[in-house]
Amino acid sequence: MKSNRSIKVDYLARVEGEGSLTVKMKGGEVTDVKFKIFEPPRFFEAFLRGRKFSEAPDITSRICGICPIAYQMSSVHAMESIFGVKLDGQLRELRRLFYCGEWIESHVLHVYMLHAPDFLGYQDAIQLAKDYPEVVQKALRLKKIGNDIVTLIGGREIHPINVKVGGFYKAPTKKELTSLLNNLEWAKDVALETVKFTATLPFPEFEQDYEFVSLRHPDEYPFNEGRLVSNKGLDIPVREYENHFVEEHVEHSNALHSVLKNRGNYFVGPLARFALNFDRLTPLCQQAAREAGLGESCYNPFKGIIIRSIETLYAIEEAIRIINKYEMPDSPSVPLEIKAGTGHGCTEAPRGILYHRYTLDEKGNILNAKIVPPTSQNQKTIENDLREYVKRNINLPNDKLTWQCEQTIRNYDPCISCATHFLKLNIVQDEFVE
Amino acid sequence: MAKKRKPKLAVWKFSSCDGCQLSLLDCEDELLAVAGAVDIANFPEASRAVAKGPYDISLVEGSITTPHEAERIHQVRRQSKLLITIGACATAGGIQALKNFKDVKDFISAVYASPEYIETLAKSTPIADHVFVDFELRGCPINKYQLVEVLNAFLNGRKPNTPAYSVCMECKRRGNICVMVAHGTACLGPVVHAGCGAICPSYNRGCYGCFGPKETPNTSSLAEWWKQLGVSEEDIVRGFRGFNAYADAFRKESELHEV
Ligand code: SF4
Ligand code: SF4
Ligand code: SF4
Repeated sequence: MKSNRSIKVDYLARVEGEGSLTVKMKGGEVTDVKFKIFEPPRFFEAFLRGRKFSEAPDITSRICGICPIAYQMSSVHAMESIFGVKLDGQLRELRRLFYCGEWIESHVLHVYMLHAPDFLGYQDAIQLAKDYPEVVQKALRLKKIGNDIVTLIGGREIHPINVKVGGFYKAPTKKELTSLLNNLEWAKDVALETVKFTATLPFPEFEQDYEFVSLRHPDEYPFNEGRLVSNKGLDIPVREYENHFVEEHVEHSNALHSVLKNRGNYFVGPLARFALNFDRLTPLCQQAAREAGLGESCYNPFKGIIIRSIETLYAIEEAIRIINKYEMPDSPSVPLEIKAGTGHGCTEAPRGILYHRYTLDEKGNILNAKIVPPTSQNQKTIENDLREYVKRNINLPNDKLTWQCEQTIRNYDPCISCATHFLKLNIVQDEFVE
Repeated sequence: MAKKRKPKLAVWKFSSCDGCQLSLLDCEDELLAVAGAVDIANFPEASRAVAKGPYDISLVEGSITTPHEAERIHQVRRQSKLLITIGACATAGGIQALKNFKDVKDFISAVYASPEYIETLAKSTPIADHVFVDFELRGCPINKYQLVEVLNAFLNGRKPNTPAYSVCMECKRRGNICVMVAHGTACLGPVVHAGCGAICPSYNRGCYGCFGPKETPNTSSLAEWWKQLGVSEEDIVRGFRGFNAYADAFRKESELHEV
């Protein structure tokens, strides 16, 4: 085998946004790994300045078309913390239900359309559909059930219009919500099948000693609220995020990486939530996880696909629970008293924690904003995974290793357009590789 | 007998959130039918496989914001028989065109620690400012049923049925109570291109213009109406400067109210 090799993927497919990958090797050693993002910056933090607090959920949702609700939820929670408002009762439940919709839709998209084809050796879900038409048709129906929740509560599936600081513009009726129940019952069975199906995929042996970070709530699997915790001792309220997390400039890459101060890279997303909140899952989800061969935590990132399926099941069960107990609130939102201040919000996007911070003036205009999406936080961990994975599999032929490197990145379901408005960019498509 | 060759479809991304191309994957009921009618030759968000051009239909999402994108769009045009732009980013510069009203240098230093790494153009511009566009589909995001209609029309050699009248028409047809008349809520509906089915008024809020200006919009009359509702000049500027801020009619009206 050649002693100098390089793996190059100029345009990473089946991720959201534009990224590229370069791995260089010399004499059996990995010398350089770069997971780069060449998505152009869109300057959200800059043009949020001078906009009204009430526009933040509509504007920030446009950072990412795959998880707009995460942006809406983190922004409204941050704004509400400034005004001293906390939603409870049915409005709080409705936000949880809304998030269930996004998790189902996004997880199913990733599991079946973006990730399963990798394990089965297909280029995409449409090719997969030729050999497994029933699987793909069921997957599409499952995904649609997530979208149905989002569309009913939010008005449409991408960039919903019904989210408001203080609640919603309009609350659905009980009847509208119960119309979803039949499909959700069907979905529960299919989600369970999905867990079983994903558990049979061929997983590379690969475990790493990650620091997992997620929200943790006293009695729920986390969506909108909780403390920020890790398996290595972090336990802080969301407002202290910036005392513990920083963006660092590392020499081998021109992108900023988010790290834990004095500790380094960490891991956000399904594996982290699962490891830190196993006890908050429903009995059915816990049982499904055990039958899938997972313990109460899992350190193999390739198995993220199983955990996404378990979280899909969880979101379906949670949606059914909320709908069964739902009563239409008297008012779709609570009144707000606008005032100046700084607020923080952090919620669990399907890909992991999404942090927002805003400072408002006394009229409610945004003075500054900071947004740290999950992909930025995972970027350093993704690179570490690649370095390790290549090191251990250096004898694989180039095409196979290339595909598995891409897969290593797709394990994280990265949203690159989310990551760019705070990453430094370096256009690398035409970079010379020996 | 030789089978008729399926038309080759390509999907391209420029500066955007991916929401418009995701609309295609969100057509759960139609996706496999669409995939059966065309040969998906280039669609990185969905597939690793890439087939060489030329392409019969190219869907283009996103606006032009970097020198590299300004070159790349010409390559896409050369390889495409039909080029259809999808969404507010591609048809009007998108939300990122808010930077067009400011000095881009201030924007870069506000967000990035080392501005020298950032290669960006002073303005975010729509695709039609750079190359000839065969058809523009509006929305932020586009409406997925309209997307299916447009694909269907072009595959069958007819004109797409995407009306150019205002959101008000859809709103009336839906039987909504007008939020402006009944609640005094500012609504952009009268000047905004139809296509969404008047979602916002159906959820008790004013339209914020994600489908951009309709044909010949009377923006000054609407702005006058808003003023009578007590909307400040500042808020009128913000109203027209949303997801289609750089569409001509909205840009001009917003500039008239700048204080
Ligand atoms: S028009 Fe809107 S939905 Fe479409 S890509 Fe641009 S920001 Fe996303
Ligand atoms: S609510 Fe808006 S869109 Fe509907 S009729 Fe009134 S002005 Fe037009
Ligand atoms: S009513 Fe206006 S803002 Fe709302 S979805 Fe339709 S076009 Fe967009």
